[in-house]
Amino acid sequence: MQKEKARASIDTCGISAYQPFWRGIKASIPIAVGYIPIAITFGLVARSSGIPDYIALLMSFIVFAGASQFVGVNLIALSTNPWEIILTTFILNLRHFLMTASLSLRIDVSLSKTWRFLLAFGVTDETFSVASMQKDQLLSPWFILGLNMLAFTAWNAGTWAGIFLAAGLPSALQASMGIALYTMFIALLVPALKVSRPIFLVVLISVAINSALAWIPFSQELSTGWRIIVSTITAALAGSILFPRGIGGSEDE
Amino acid sequence: MNELLMVVVGMAIVTYLPRLTPLVILRDKKLPPFLGTFLQFVPYAVLAALIFPGILSSTGETSTAAAGALAAFFLAWMRLNIMLVVMGGIAGAYLGTLLF
Repeated sequence: MQKEKARASIDTCGISAYQPFWRGIKASIPIAVGYIPIAITFGLVARSSGIPDYIALLMSFIVFAGASQFVGVNLIALSTNPWEIILTTFILNLRHFLMTASLSLRIDVSLSKTWRFLLAFGVTDETFSVASMQKDQLLSPWFILGLNMLAFTAWNAGTWAGIFLAAGLPSALQASMGIALYTMFIALLVPALKVSRPIFLVVLISVAINSALAWIPFSQELSTGWRIIVSTITAALAGSILFPRGIGGSEDE
Repeated sequence: MNELLMVVVGMAIVTYLPRLTPLVILRDKKLPPFLGTFLQFVPYAVLAALIFPGILSSTGETSTAAAGALAAFFLAWMRLNIMLVVMGGIAGAYLGTLLF
């Protein structure tokens, strides 16, 4: 499957940057819709926990990672030791290691280091999910850039809004919007379940392990980040042992 | 540099490193086929783990979250556009709030 890469060194910035960039922006709209209420909440939480506004704004600007930022603000407010905060953030974000490793297979080998440094910054659970569920085997860097940029803009705009505007939304609606990003994940995942039996089984295994880790008393001690890492590695490992031919193992695409 | 600023910069660095390292290191490397297959499965395994059971606590009320999740699952199964799935899921959760 990855052999295709050899002949695939087309369109890095050649043909047209404009078109894939816009496709990226468009694909990012559901992410932006999901990010804004969360970022507003982040702004509100940060403000109400008493940390300086510029710290919260800077966090959205240079950290750009939802869960870590909430945990970060929480730990700062509890005046936790700085190193402990940084370590927790690191553990929470180790899962991105798996994601960018997977993403690297979908990027032209000849893509420059500068591009890689740029694209890496915008990898989140959401941008990664949307990017990797694209049909093309090889992703245009412009597409990923557009995807990441709108997500980043929405996240930062939401943070500003949360800090400087008071909470306007009725709380029931605000709570209902908490489900937005999850439903986006569902929209990305479910169609794949229907076409590939290996994917179906890997998903089942991952859900089973993650639920077990979340509900069994002892493993609850693990942070969410670690639970996702353990579930992902185990399920993907089981998948590659059971189906050495990959996601198309039982049916070819 | 004040301490809070240091914390945020530290957080930024440890967030960026896991995002960057594989993109730079795996470049030009021929991966062993097993690792390639493994990484092919990663997106699906990650998505699954991100969704469940986290979704159940996404609205603050398990019943409304379950209503939204079922609505979204059904719409996604029908292969509706992603935005419709998202809006359907939010609507499902919101209706759940009104009902329960």
